[in-house]
Amino acid sequence: MAKQYKTIGDEAWKNSVEKVNAELFIFTYGSLVVQLLRDHEDCTAVNQQLDKLGYNIGVRLADDMFARTSLDRCSDIHATADVIAKIGFRMFLNTTPTVGLWSSDNEFSLLVEDNPLNDFCELPPRALGDGLWYSNVLCGVVRGALEMMHMQARVWFVRDVLRGDDTTEIRVRVERMLDEEVPAADE
Amino acid sequence: MSQANNLLRLDTRTSKRSTMLLEQSIAKPRRDKVSLNAFAFLFAEIIRYSQNRVLGIQDLEAKLNELGKRVGVRVFELFMWREKTVHRETRVLPTLMFINTVVWRALFDKQADSLGRSTDNEDEYMITDNEPNILKYISAPKEMSSFSPGAFLAGIVEAIAEGCQCPARVTSHLVPAEGMPLKTVILLKFNKEVMEREKRLDAGK
Repeated sequence: MAKQYKTIGDEAWKNSVEKVNAELFIFTYGSLVVQLLRDHEDCTAVNQQLDKLGYNIGVRLADDMFARTSLDRCSDIHATADVIAKIGFRMFLNTTPTVGLWSSDNEFSLLVEDNPLNDFCELPPRALGDGLWYSNVLCGVVRGALEMMHMQARVWFVRDVLRGDDTTEIRVRVERMLDEEVPAADE
Repeated sequence: MSQANNLLRLDTRTSKRSTMLLEQSIAKPRRDKVSLNAFAFLFAEIIRYSQNRVLGIQDLEAKLNELGKRVGVRVFELFMWREKTVHRETRVLPTLMFINTVVWRALFDKQADSLGRSTDNEDEYMITDNEPNILKYISAPKEMSSFSPGAFLAGIVEAIAEGCQCPARVTSHLVPAEGMPLKTVILLKFNKEVMEREKRLDAGK
């Protein structure tokens, strides 16, 4: 099952996805973070803002992902985690995090060894001290995408290489399944 | 006291990263591509975020320009270093050629479609891109039809021009044409000193 997802992800990256220069993307994201740091005084606010931006992206990204691949409904949360890592991340960022550190069957970690957003980045002491999670947008994206799949989740950063840790770890906890809601009619 | 200790601890861990970062070779890009959709989503969110903090199209374009400038500063150094002969342009025409060919090719895998000089003002030059693919997924509502998301590209170009000692005011304009609804013209209006310097250097020849 896992091998199948990897193939789907690789396939999608090779064939169904238009590509753009990675460095442009990386610098643009960096520019956004600088802008946020200028607009907000403290890093907690910046983290929240990044998460919000990521959420908006995630909500639309889920549809985009399913439009480009032929995926069936995931059977359980392990499959969901694999889809996020092997297909989602692969299709959009061309990197595949490892899924691991399962606990209590609804909480897992994404270990991103190679986060493209970190490529040219070094955090200044002020940001480090204040607790900035530079790639927090990724948490929002995962949260938004899961919500589109009717799963309410809490997603947060645990470790980040930019803060001196040895790897980047994002923790995902699926809290509950949401009921399918009929969208409000547009009057 | 413990806070000072914490700071020291952070320093040793992150200085490891700093040395690693500075020792990496930038001669070849470590990473080639990401998906255009990822960029498009990010760009759309940047525009949405900026829209909530500005009043009017001019301000929005100015914000995008500012964002582009930060990108341009880094892009300029990086791409200049990767050229076969590392050489920084300082004259107007070579700078424009650099932007047109090297920068555009590195960023968008194609050269900019045309480079021209304005007939009305001799300090204005135009770089045209018929189909900027990063702007493909941005659509403006009717009331903002004059908004050009190319303002981001204008910012990149402005930073590069400044890096080549030819500061200019750079703006972007949407000029939809037959079959090219996204055709964007980047207009560079070089500063007076630049044009005067060009005249002097040309006369000296």
